[in-house]
Order: sequence, then C-alpha cells, then structure tokens
Amino acid sequence: MMPRVILAMLVLAVTACDNAPPGQSGFAGLGGEAAGFAKVTPGRELVFPQDHGAHPDYRIEWWYVTANLTDQTGKQWGVQWTLFRQALSPQTAEAAADGWASAQVWLGHSAVTHAQGHRHADRLARGGIGQAGVKVEPFEAWIDDWSLRADASGNLDRLAVSAAGEGYRYQLELTSSRPLVQHGEQGFSRKSTGEQASYYYSQPFFEVSGQVEWQGESYKVQGQAWLDREWSSQPLAADQQGWDWFSLHLDSGAKLMLFRLRGDQQHYQSGSWIDPDGVSRSLPTEAIKFEPLDSIKVAGRHVPTRWRLAIPSEQFEITTQALNEQAWMGTAIPYWEGPIQFSGSHTGSGYLEMTGY
Amino acid sequence: MTGQLGWVLRALFSHWRRHPLQGMCLVVGLWLATALWTGVQALNSQARDSYDRAAQLFGGSAQGVLVSPGGQLFEQQLYISLRRQGWPVSPLLEGQVAIALADGERRMGLMGVEPLSLPKQGNLSSSMAASESLVRFLLSPGRTWVATETFIELELSAGDALQLADGRTLPPIEARPGLPPGMLLVDIGIAQNLLDQPGRLSQLLVDHDFAADRPQLPDGVKLVWDARSEDDLQRLTDSFHLNLTALGLLAFVVGLFIVHAAAGLAMEQRRGLMQTLRACGTSLSLLVAALLLELLMLALIGGSLGVLSGFALASLLIGDLAASLRGLYGAQVAGHLSLDAGWWVAGLVMSLGGTLIAGGSSVVKAMRLPVLAWARPQAWRDAQKRSTRRLALLALVLLVSAAGLVVWGSGLPAGFALLAAMLLGSAWLLPLVLQTLLRLGQMLARRPLAQWFWADSQQQLSGLSLALMALLLALAANIGVGSMTEGFRLTFTGWLDQRLAADLYIRPETPAQAIAISAWLDTQPSVLSQLPSWQVQTQVGGWPTEISGVIDHPLYAETWPMLDATPNAWAALAAGKGALISEQLGYRLGLVTGDRLLLQTPSGAWSLEVAGRYADYGNPKGQLLVSAARLNELWPGLEVGSLGVLVESAAIVDLADSLRQHFDLSRSRVIDQSALKAYSRQVFEQTFAATGALNTLTLGVAAVALFTSLLSLADSRLGQLAPLWAMGLRPVQLAWLSLAQMLMLALFTCVLAIPVGLLLAWGLVDVVNVQAFGWRLPWHWFPAQWLTLIALALLAVLLASAAPLWRIVRVGPPTLLRRFAHDA
Repeated sequence: MMPRVILAMLVLAVTACDNAPPGQSGFAGLGGEAAGFAKVTPGRELVFPQDHGAHPDYRIEWWYVTANLTDQTGKQWGVQWTLFRQALSPQTAEAAADGWASAQVWLGHSAVTHAQGHRHADRLARGGIGQAGVKVEPFEAWIDDWSLRADASGNLDRLAVSAAGEGYRYQLELTSSRPLVQHGEQGFSRKSTGEQASYYYSQPFFEVSGQVEWQGESYKVQGQAWLDREWSSQPLAADQQGWDWFSLHLDSGAKLMLFRLRGDQQHYQSGSWIDPDGVSRSLPTEAIKFEPLDSIKVAGRHVPTRWRLAIPSEQFEITTQALNEQAWMGTAIPYWEGPIQFSGSHTGSGYLEMTGY
Repeated sequence: MTGQLGWVLRALFSHWRRHPLQGMCLVVGLWLATALWTGVQALNSQARDSYDRAAQLFGGSAQGVLVSPGGQLFEQQLYISLRRQGWPVSPLLEGQVAIALADGERRMGLMGVEPLSLPKQGNLSSSMAASESLVRFLLSPGRTWVATETFIELELSAGDALQLADGRTLPPIEARPGLPPGMLLVDIGIAQNLLDQPGRLSQLLVDHDFAADRPQLPDGVKLVWDARSEDDLQRLTDSFHLNLTALGLLAFVVGLFIVHAAAGLAMEQRRGLMQTLRACGTSLSLLVAALLLELLMLALIGGSLGVLSGFALASLLIGDLAASLRGLYGAQVAGHLSLDAGWWVAGLVMSLGGTLIAGGSSVVKAMRLPVLAWARPQAWRDAQKRSTRRLALLALVLLVSAAGLVVWGSGLPAGFALLAAMLLGSAWLLPLVLQTLLRLGQMLARRPLAQWFWADSQQQLSGLSLALMALLLALAANIGVGSMTEGFRLTFTGWLDQRLAADLYIRPETPAQAIAISAWLDTQPSVLSQLPSWQVQTQVGGWPTEISGVIDHPLYAETWPMLDATPNAWAALAAGKGALISEQLGYRLGLVTGDRLLLQTPSGAWSLEVAGRYADYGNPKGQLLVSAARLNELWPGLEVGSLGVLVESAAIVDLADSLRQHFDLSRSRVIDQSALKAYSRQVFEQTFAATGALNTLTLGVAAVALFTSLLSLADSRLGQLAPLWAMGLRPVQLAWLSLAQMLMLALFTCVLAIPVGLLLAWGLVDVVNVQAFGWRLPWHWFPAQWLTLIALALLAVLLASAAPLWRIVRVGPPTLLRRFAHDA
C-alpha cells in the first residue's frame, strides 16, 4: 500500500531534500535519495502503541482506511480516508513539533464511491502547529475536521473515522477483535530487489457501521474496512514508475494483500495471505500472477480496471471488476483508487489502487 | 491615384522645407503635450497596477477576512480551532520592519503567509504552485519574496539577505513578478519571529466562495468578518491621482494650443498653393486626404517622441511619487517603472486625437476653399476678429456654468469641472479683454506713431491670442498651485510645531516592553511626564479611522491645535463623554462640534459628543481622540501603541540613547521631536515635488507656444513694418517698437493672470482640497511669488522675441523695399 505515499510528495516534489538531485525519480519522486533520513532495515521490532504514531525521522508515512460498504437497499459503496505525512527535511521529533519551524507536511485524501458516482477531496496542512497530526494515546490521526480516532479504550480496536468533501460526508465506526497483521518479515516489507523497503502493518478485519451522506441524502451503511500503516524513507527504486495494489476481503473470511511495483526491466511483486484467524504468510514475487485485462480511458489516460489475479500455490484465481471505473482521484498527483468485486475461485470485495498510468 | 497623392504630398511638404521652424514648432507642441500627458498617465497607471496587485494578492477586492473585533493581533489557536471545525481559513500576519539599506533605513511592510492553506483564488496562491520554490519558501531558512520592481529598485541580487535595522537577518531574497511592490513576503513563522509576535496572527483569509455569505462564527471564536483593506487604499489615493490627471490634462491642452497655432498658420500660408493644386485638377477629396495624411505623419512623429519623453519624465518622477504615496497613504508603489504595451498605444492614440482636434479646423478650412478666389493672406485675421467675439460669448457661458457649479456642484469631479470651466472661460475671454484694452490705448494716443503702435498691436493680437491664452493658463495654474502649496507649507509647518509637543516618541516592540519602558522612565530624573496612547484601527461611517486613546494631561489642552471646540472639550474627553475629531473625519461624516457620534465597540455602542475638531493635515484616514481609560474598558486587551515623553531639554539626546541601549531598540522606535518633524516635512516636500515639476514644465510649454507664434508672425511682420521704414524709421527703432508691443501684451496677460490664478487657488484650497483630502487651508497671499512668476514670464517673452526682432534689425533696406513694393 505504499503507493499512497506518493501523493504527499506530489504536492511537494521530493527535491526538497537538499542533497537530492533535481528532477524526479520514480512515481512522484518516491524513488529519490533519502539522505539524512532514517533507513528502513530488517529486524526492527514494531512496538505498539508507539508505532501507531508518527515517525518524523522517516521521510514519508501514512494512515490509510478503505471500506467496502452496503446500504439498506443493498447498494454498494466505497469509502477512502487517508492521512499522509511527509518530512521536507530530516528532523528530530522535537523539531518536528516546534510550531512553524516543523518541516512536516500533512496531506489528507478522502473519497466516496458508488456505481454511478465518485467524489473526492484533499486537505493540506503544516505540521507542528496542531492543524494536523497523530497522537498515540489515545490514538487520533487528524487533518482539519477529518479524523480517525480511537474510542475511550485508546487502541486501534475501535475507531471512528469521518471526513467531508463537496457533496459528501461520512462517519463510520470500525471495530475488530483480531490482531494486527505485519507484512513481509515482521513488518519489514521489501519494495525492490535492492534496498527499497518500508515498515508495513495492517488491520484488515474491521467491521463497519455508520452513515454516508451523498448530495444531502443520508444512507445507513455497514461492511468491512481495512487499515494500512506504512512508513519509509525511500520506498521506490529509481526505475519504478508506479504500482498496482489490491486489498481483498474474501467471502471465506480470509484477507489478501497484493502489490506489484512496475519497473523498467522487471516488476517487483509481493503480498500477504491472511487466514481468518489473523495468521499470515508472505507471498514471494514468483508466487503471484498479475494480468491486466481491459483498459478504460479515464481522465485522458488508459487505466486497467479489470484484472486477473492468480496464486497457483493457494489454488486462487479470480477476475476483478471495478464498482465504478471512473474512480479517479484528480488530486495534485492523480491516481485511480476505488472499490472492486471479484469472482472465480474465490468471491468477495476489496479495493484497488493504481498509480503511474 | 497613389502617384497623384505623392505629388500633392510633395507639394504640401515643400512648405515645411521652406519653413522648418514652423514645422518644428508643430512637432514640438505635440511632443510636449504628449510627453506631459503620457508621463502623468504612466505615473498613475504604475500606481494603479501596484494597488491592483495588492488587491489581487489573495483574490478579489472584497476578500472576506476574519479579524479580532478591535483590530489587534490574536492567538494562532483560533486558526487551528477554525480549521478543525472545517473552516477554509489561512493565517496572515502583517507588520512593518525597518530595513537597513546602504543609504539608511527604509520601512517596509512585512507579510507572513501560510502557503499551503492560502485561498485558491488569489494571485499569490497560483504563484505558490511551483513546488520547488514553495519548498524553498517553507523550509528553513526560508525565502523573502519581493516584487521584481522592488528587487531592482533596492539593487539586490538573488540570494542576498536583507538586514533589519536591529541587526537581524531576513531569509535570502527571491524576486517574484506580480507581487505588490515594497512588500516583503515570508513564511508566517518567520514573520512571527521578525515581528516579535510568536504564535499571533493579524488576520485569517477565508476561501472566497465560503466567505461569500459570511457564515456565523462558531461559539468561542471571538473574531469578526471584515474585508481586506486594499479597497481603502484605492479610495484614499483616488483624489491624489485625480489631481495628477487634471494637471496632466492642463499641460496637454496648453500643448495643443501650440499645435493649433502652427497648423492654422501653415494652412493660411499654403492657401495659394492649395488653390493652385485644385486648379491643376487635384480633387477635393485627394487634397483633404493628403492634408489628413500629413497631420497623421506629424502626429506620429510628435506622438512617438512624446511617448518616449513621457516615459523618461515618469522615470524621473516615479521615485518622488512613490515616496510621497508611501509617506502619505502607506501605499506601496513600485519605484521602478514598468509599463505594458497598452500604455504606449494609449499615448499615441491620445496624441493622434489631439492633433486631429488641434489641426482639424485647418482641414475643414481647406474643404471650404473656393477654387478660384484670389489668395487673401489677411482673410484669416478678419475671421479671427469675428471669432474673438464668438469666443468671448462661449467664455461667458463657461464662466456662468462655473458660477453655477460653485453654487450647486458637489464632489471632486464637480470641483475639477469648476476649475476647468473657470480656466478655459478666462482664457477665451482674454482676446476680447486685450482688444478692449488696446482700443482704449488707441483712443488715448495722440501722436501718429503712438496710434500706429496701438492699432498695430490689435492687428497682431489675432495672431498671438492663442499663445497668450496658453501663457495665461500656465501662469494662472502656476499662481494657483503655487499659492496652494505655499499656503499648505506654511500652515503645515506651524501645525506640526504645535502638534508634536512631546520631546521623545517611543514605539515599543511588545506590550511587555511597553510596561518595562514605562517603569524604567519613571526612574529617570530627567523625565517630566509620560504620555502613553492606545490606538484602534477601525471604520467609522464606512471611512477608515484610527481611534486614539489619550490620558488626561494638561499638555494636550495647551498645545493641541484645535479648529473649534466646546468650552470644556478636554474635560468632556477625560470623562469619556466627549471625542475630538479630525477635520477630515468631520467632513466625511458631516459632523460639527456639538453633534453626537455613535461608536461600535466590542463591548457595545459608545455614544460620544463631538467636543471639538482639530486639523490633521496629511492624514488620509479619519482620526478620533477619546479618553484612554474608557477606550481600554471598551476594547479590552489593547496595547500601548506609542509613548510620548516630556524630558528636560538638555537630557533629550542622552535619554534617547540610553533608551535604545537599555531596551535594544532600533533607531526608528525612539524618535525625538526634531527628527519626526524633519521626516514629516520630507514627506510633504516629496508630495509636491512631482506637482511642482509638472507645473514648471507647463510654464515651459507656454513659453514655447509664445515663441512659436512670434516666429510665425515675424515673417509677415516685415510686410507690415516696411511702410514705416519707408516713412523714415530705422530698423533698430522698429525692433524696439515691436519689442515694446510684445512686452505690453505679455504684461497685460500676466496682470490678468493674477486674478485668474487667485480664483484657481481658491478653487483648489476651498473646493478641491476639501473634497479630495477633507481639509480647508487658511488663506495666504504670496505677492512675491506672483512678481517672480511675472518676471519669469516676461523674460521668456523677451527671449522668444529676440530671434524674430533680430531678423528685423538684420534685414537690409533691400528686403524691406522688396516687401513694401510686393505687398503694395
């Protein structure tokens, strides 16, 4: 789910880093050098709840919620809530909290999608002054009036998420009793055959209920949601121009995360198969087959909104279909993100994100 | 047809070859007229462009903003609180800093913005879009953005770091086109540090669409809706620019007199030629086309030269103009001239239009030209005699309208219309008045030569009347404007002496420092008294106004210069029941002493009696003096804006020095009375520098007009003088007689110019000034100034007559004989 990072940078091209060469590398500059920032290395144990908070010594970071919902008439909805953090220069935690001198920039994206419509909005804020940020205890991530916050218990098991944009507004309750899932090697998630990597964990088991308001009409919704947490300093290799990322809720109760980073010569692929009890196993590059089927034209670009995905070792082969093919996020750095449904060896719903098209 | 047009043009142009001076006069007239007009327009459009940029910075003129009720700074937490409730607001902090430059300090506006949240509608927001420069701006050490013009004016180079007067350094400079000039733009955090206001803001900008219906603020957010004040600037400076425009138009009209004179003469002298051309088969339309083409070419030459010179003139004056706008209104205007193509085109079009107006009558005459009639060189003089009467009639109509405007007119445009009608009416009446005077002289003359002298003067009058009108206009304008500026200077200086009664003026940097300074001053034996004051910037009756709270101290009653007041004005003020208002506020609101005034305060309405009015020259805003104690009750949380100190006179300099040292204050924050006076006078002088220069140039144009007319006449003079020579007068005698005639006509005109000039001065002081600035000046007479002007005018006439007279002396008897024989 790293891709999201990008967006942040987009707004503030990565060349902000004093030592970085001008010009962009990778999608939105995410492949640029990360001199002065902390490095993502294997073997670092994730510590909670501290790691739910921000890591200003790393360049980029995000808190990402996607939800597949159904209203009382059976109509399907997709909801996205994202908060990105980007450090314009390496900084200690104290400096990052020091008012306007903070080099942290926060970016929020939210969207609501159904079969006939897709609306999105973004928010941008400086760090250090309280307009946007993340608190660990009790957990709260916010930018302006958008927030993702824990209830009185203070941990990530029960969250409330809300955002609003032109013509929409939502307020959802998220609950889960299952553990967090750490991707890759105990949360160390490789992004290339080189040094590119991120720390990456998820809570894919949220049950959701709440309200979505669309054009002034209110809809009671329920369904499933997926929370991603990821941070890094250099998540992309210089030749990686974009990615395709899937988060899937299987009707069997299992969850599946798959991504593919598209390089000039070869693509880097990875994923996690998560059993209904929360036990997960990493999927290596060669275990996964991505096959884009039909492309459609959206915002002047050709984007593959139908895919065939296969993991032969798991007897898994599905075809995915977008709920709304026009789920384009026309933000400063644009990308496609929207709810999907799938069928084949398994059925279910999920979210797809595609960048760099 | 084209070939024929070429021949006709060639024939017409041969005239200019034989009379190069006449041609030159025509071009010079156009040149000067265009130069002065375009120069003034350049100054105005430069200033307007600067205001527009300021207005468009955050999008639109009526940009909705949130401010604290009393206009003070407020806590940044309010910004966060509104953002967290979904309000699309962006923080802003504005202040002034003293920049240390090689040639001293300069005060500049410092504006701190937060680029990520700026409303999308403004120019600034779009120029912030480039991400690399945005990151440089945000990230330590940040950048200082200035307008390209200011960058050039201050002779900066990219990456330079300006220093404040107190030694602190601004972020490296970056020039940005399209920013308002004279302003330093930095990140909000940097601005808070440089202005010593950590965590505080002066305004919140609000997204345009969101602000459109001024939604109600959430509970607990003690801010109020307001609009950005750039509109005020435009309003406040409007009258200043209207004054400049009027002056430019006057110079243009005076210049066109020259063109008209030269074109009319050329027409008369070519009458024979044109008849010949018509007789040879040139059609009337071809002849008219050729004449128009000729005018067009002359207009292009004169206009181009004029536009170029106008640019040069404006470049010379823009520095003074920018300084006076800054001093008077706090308006920032780029001191480095940059104009768009539209200005050049407009200048040329104006020149073409002017030429057509001034030269068009000649073309019309050509159209009525009878093909076969014998050339009658004197015909136009006869016609002009008839036209003298027509002109006088028109003049009377104008003067009557002027009188009507005095009675019924109101507003600044009416004031200028009054002046224009008065000036033009007087000018058009001039030929008739001069003719009457000359006829009177003729009736009194007994000797033949004297009778010839008066009669011949009348004959010449028709040729000179236009030039004399130009002289009258220029002289009257000089007398009028001179009386106003001198009167203002006198009044202003006296007023300043009274008004600045404290010995030292201190502007503390922070509220805490104000308290510390005050406590420290209490311990100084040389300090006699402290006079703190509190200021609130607000609007009263829609006019930008400063409310100033002063303490109860006898010094005010002793020194404050009042225009009128109730007997217990100061006691009423001290009791919080009375207010003193500035003269201009009184005019704007129609308030006089004794009226009641209702002020809106954060704690409710405050009803006050107008206990008196005082002069507040040079301040475009209104001012209101109230009791400090009551002001602080109604506007809680105000800070001491300035501190006046009365000191034993021997200790002033020492005390100022130790204050600066003790509190590490910059020079501009502790000012003694004499330095403040010097600064105010300097602003005053700058204000009238541009006016004075334009005025002098107008007089120069009139001198050229006179010179032109005399030159044109000199040729035909020979024919008129030849008979006298034939009767036995020597050429030198003839020259003296001619000179005496000229000086007499000029002297009459000068003497007539004095009452016209005084009328103009009255119009400026009592009508235009009151409408434009809101103050009336006491009347002053300056006879020495008039005499100087008259002497200058006569000297100009003398110089202008010299060359033609020299020709009269130089021509030998054969020429005179030939002319005599030929004309006879």
